Amino acid sequence: MSDTLNLVLFSGTDDKLQAAAVLTAGAAALGKRVNIFLQYWALDSFRADRIDLDHGLAPEAGEAGRAAVDALRAAGQASWKYTLAQAKELGDVDIQACSLSMDILHIEESDLDPIVDGVEGVTAFYLNADDGEIVFI
Amino acid sequence: MSGPPNGRKRIAVTDTAIPAVTRTIDARGSFCPGPLMELIRGIKEGQVGDVLAVLSNDKGSKTDIPKWVEKAGHHLIGVFDRGDYDEIVVEKLR
Repeated sequence: MSDTLNLVLFSGTDDKLQAAAVLTAGAAALGKRVNIFLQYWALDSFRADRIDLDHGLAPEAGEAGRAAVDALRAAGQASWKYTLAQAKELGDVDIQACSLSMDILHIEESDLDPIVDGVEGVTAFYLNADDGEIVFI
Repeated sequence: MSGPPNGRKRIAVTDTAIPAVTRTIDARGSFCPGPLMELIRGIKEGQVGDVLAVLSNDKGSKTDIPKWVEKAGHHLIGVFDRGDYDEIVVEKLR
């Protein structure tokens, strides 16, 4: 099994980003390198002025799902941003913004939260992927 | 398996065999994978030979932390059921 995990984050809702953050932290804990590539609505959620806002949940969550997520948050669950920051601190995690998505959403690098390490194109993402699994969320 | 009389479930070693804990990391209230991440931070900050105890009420910790400890080359001293939380004791080996 490759020592690299590659996550392509497309969805910008808090539940999917939370799931991605947990997968990242777990892989980083095992010493895997994790490459995260931010596209579309996930990228939008990493804007510095939006990252701490509520990004909603995937449609399948429904009202019961919303209540369950709210309860977990009230019980003190760490935010996905915090979990990602912790994973970056303890492991080898690189977060890159997709340059095409930056153009589509009219985002400048200075608009992004500092947790994002840089901007790259899809080819650079594949080259860095190092034959590891690629997971699309 | 008969546990000690205080009701604690004995899993790896008896409580009396736990070496002196260098540092206790109270991760109760933290959700998966928070307790493991806090342990990793503690291991990184500590010295070889340190004994770290993690307190966690996350259900994943008692399976995930021992697996991580084995993979990372440290020593699992024990996993203790403390009632509404678990105490996982680890010795830093490298």
